[in-house]
Amino acid sequence: MRIGVIGAGVVGALIARELCRYGIEVHLFEREEDVSFGVSKANSGVIHGCFHEKPGTTRARFCVEGNAEYTALARELDFPFKRIGAHVIAFNSDDVAALERLKAQGEEIGCAGLEIIDREEILSREPRVNPDVRAALWSPTVGIVEPWDVAIAAVENACANGLVLHLGTEVTGIRVTGGRVTGIATDAGGFSLDAVVNAAGLYADRVARMAGVDRPVLHPRRGEYILLDKQAAGTANSVLFPAPTNNSKGILVLPTVDGNILLGPTADDLPALSPDAAATSSVGLAAVVSGAKRLVPGLDPRLTIKTFAGVRPEPAGGEFVVGPTVVRGFYQAAGMRSPGLTAAPAVARYLSREIAAEFGLEEKSAFDPQRKSPPRFSELDEAARAALIEEDSSYGRIVCRCNEVTEGEIVAAIRRGARTVDGVKFRTRAGFGRCQGGFCTARILTILSRELGVPPEEVTVRGKDDRIVVGRVRP
Amino acid sequence: MKSYRTDVLVIGGGAAGLAAASAAAEAGRETILIEREDSPGGVLEQCIHPGFGVHRYREELTGPEFAARLVEELDASGAEVLTGRSVLAIDPKTRAVETVGPEGVRTIRPKAVVFATGARERPFGALRIPGPRPVGIFTAGLAQKLVNLHNLLPGRRALILGSGDIGLIMARRLHLEGVEVVGVLELKPFPGGLMRNVVQCLDDYEIPLHLSHTVIAVHGTKRLTGVTAARVDETGRPITGTAREFAVDTLILSVGLIPEAELIGRFVGLDPINRGPCVDSRWRTRAPWLFAAGNSVAVFDLVDTVAAAGESAGRFAARFAENDIPEVRKIPISRGENVLHLVPTEIDPGVPTLIHLRVPRPMQRAQVRIGEGIVSRRLIGVRPAEMVEVEVPVEAAEELAKLADVKVEVVEE
Repeated sequence: MRIGVIGAGVVGALIARELCRYGIEVHLFEREEDVSFGVSKANSGVIHGCFHEKPGTTRARFCVEGNAEYTALARELDFPFKRIGAHVIAFNSDDVAALERLKAQGEEIGCAGLEIIDREEILSREPRVNPDVRAALWSPTVGIVEPWDVAIAAVENACANGLVLHLGTEVTGIRVTGGRVTGIATDAGGFSLDAVVNAAGLYADRVARMAGVDRPVLHPRRGEYILLDKQAAGTANSVLFPAPTNNSKGILVLPTVDGNILLGPTADDLPALSPDAAATSSVGLAAVVSGAKRLVPGLDPRLTIKTFAGVRPEPAGGEFVVGPTVVRGFYQAAGMRSPGLTAAPAVARYLSREIAAEFGLEEKSAFDPQRKSPPRFSELDEAARAALIEEDSSYGRIVCRCNEVTEGEIVAAIRRGARTVDGVKFRTRAGFGRCQGGFCTARILTILSRELGVPPEEVTVRGKDDRIVVGRVRP
Repeated sequence: MKSYRTDVLVIGGGAAGLAAASAAAEAGRETILIEREDSPGGVLEQCIHPGFGVHRYREELTGPEFAARLVEELDASGAEVLTGRSVLAIDPKTRAVETVGPEGVRTIRPKAVVFATGARERPFGALRIPGPRPVGIFTAGLAQKLVNLHNLLPGRRALILGSGDIGLIMARRLHLEGVEVVGVLELKPFPGGLMRNVVQCLDDYEIPLHLSHTVIAVHGTKRLTGVTAARVDETGRPITGTAREFAVDTLILSVGLIPEAELIGRFVGLDPINRGPCVDSRWRTRAPWLFAAGNSVAVFDLVDTVAAAGESAGRFAARFAENDIPEVRKIPISRGENVLHLVPTEIDPGVPTLIHLRVPRPMQRAQVRIGEGIVSRRLIGVRPAEMVEVEVPVEAAEELAKLADVKVEVVEE
């Protein structure tokens, strides 16, 4: 039995990992040069409390289950996860009514611990919130992660359990014979497969059509963000939401697991996917600042260190497209718009069980769910730091001064699969700080060149053609 | 954990730190200099152009030559140098300085510290310029490091945003290495760097300088393919209808330096305009044992000034380590009109004070006035790129001490 999963974002990575429980051959195909370089790279990283979801929807169901799974998942896969809770901020009586509706809706779908708190209480918890606040909805189950951490950890664990990972490999066709999947074509050749899971994110509609399946129907939705320096710590202690509007949860202010402050996203529906869909706009960035300032008027946009945009797949009708299709062996986890990150563990569990039932698979005892994160120097105590340097002196060389990332961590990231500057950055946080790589990019380039055994002019930022330098000054 | 004691610890081996360590050691104090790179010199090592040392050494040197002189002086002074070692934390209560290097974690317990960590470049992300995020956008310092120290070429056709000195220097450097430099954009109506650099780096090579212009969008999904620029009004806002396209694969940013002082900002406070710690006439911060000098205090115009600041800070740090600085009431000074950067922000009346300031715009004739004219100096042809220096003698400081509020102002005449 051979299964192929298309797309190594959070959803595909978790599905691939679940499938590895069954002692079958699992292949994961990713068109980008690294795991999580698509939708998973640029979103809010919020593990939602699900109170925004309508009862009876697939979104509500998978969101509640997924949220609950994150504690155990973070422990097994050893990625940073903080259940910091969220507050939905109400400024007027309409907003207060919306809080009541959200609370009732959340309670109906099984979201625990929701509580409406008064002005005084929210201001004591979040002193920088707009003093015009009237009340807030508190959701203690909301958490934060860096989405790429989840995908990277899941893929590493899956690989340790036999996953075959195909990076930089684009699926170009799906072979269907007699109403069932028999294989796929890729730009690196064909593969015979007994089943295929479509977790292709923004491209899931194209992949579905390759199999002759007409759902999902997707359109891209862009969200723009602003990341503030760690000096902005304390701007928000929890995830701050405004009272929701029709098509989005609004512009949030939240701390990241690394201690920065993230503002955003906007929600712009784009007619079609274009190469520059993930571009920021002056209108969008201004909307992020004004939306965030409505929640926290004193926040300082001068502490901006990065702006970026992410593109999410928005399915027609708004529902996830999860499960089997008319083509036997062709499964989908598509249209994973927000709260897709939250839902992903539950979707992965559900889908792998469906596949196991269909194909009569049994879990193998050899599956090891534990993955150990490589050491992160900045988070260790003095004794652990000393021990690490004793073992390998490159852990005593700080390369990224802003986030205190050592050469040892960068080398470990490359040995675990990073092949690009961004691959190193997302795994280690080197270049993610207030200087945005001004100081460390040259060092990282040198280390990548040395470890990969390629000249520095071949090193790329995200893969393929985007080399960081164009050549030598002199031969 | 291994720990060391010393009289004076200097953090940072650039111009300010090297000069500080030499001065402290020459004053007879046991001195350690700690530098994160494998050799001292700091950013001077990548500044291979001439123009350094005219004040300090009365001759024109390149950056590495200037650094070599400082290193010679340091070697002669007897200060100890630890390279390849970074400071992770400074405990303001115990003065314990936690450091790390390939030999392990070490705590250094000095009597006095000179903080000389220099500045970082303002990154692209801070500008909030819309567009995708293609490869090919470099800060000028990174481009300079790649070209001068790594023999790597950042691109083939470049536009430079910001006419600060590094931007101007890089325009010439890239041009000389065969990169087509299509122009330099400057948001302000006057150049950001020294006039001599405008002449020697742009005019001499016919590289156009577009004043009152900025970048309003970048293009390209993988590699940069172009930049949209526009003219701006007096407030810096783009004027509609003035957009123009530059087809370039490289954008070099010289849009400001920021003192790298977050490590101490937590407990000494940072001046909102200088963005470095508040210091007094002896380069002393609000922590009596902590001195700071050079670009970690405020961004200076000349490395000669930075070295002089370091030397002064090192000497006073040595005296503090000897318990030889009396506690006196300091005179806080504040910014009046036409003053941006201001160092120091407190006058110690026990010593002569050299005040360094920057004006926000060029002025033909002006007068610096301190404390309603107790100290004043006429200025001719003053520009934001060049720092103004004014000496406040001890006698004048005694007069200033009698005022309730001492302002420094630049009055245009």
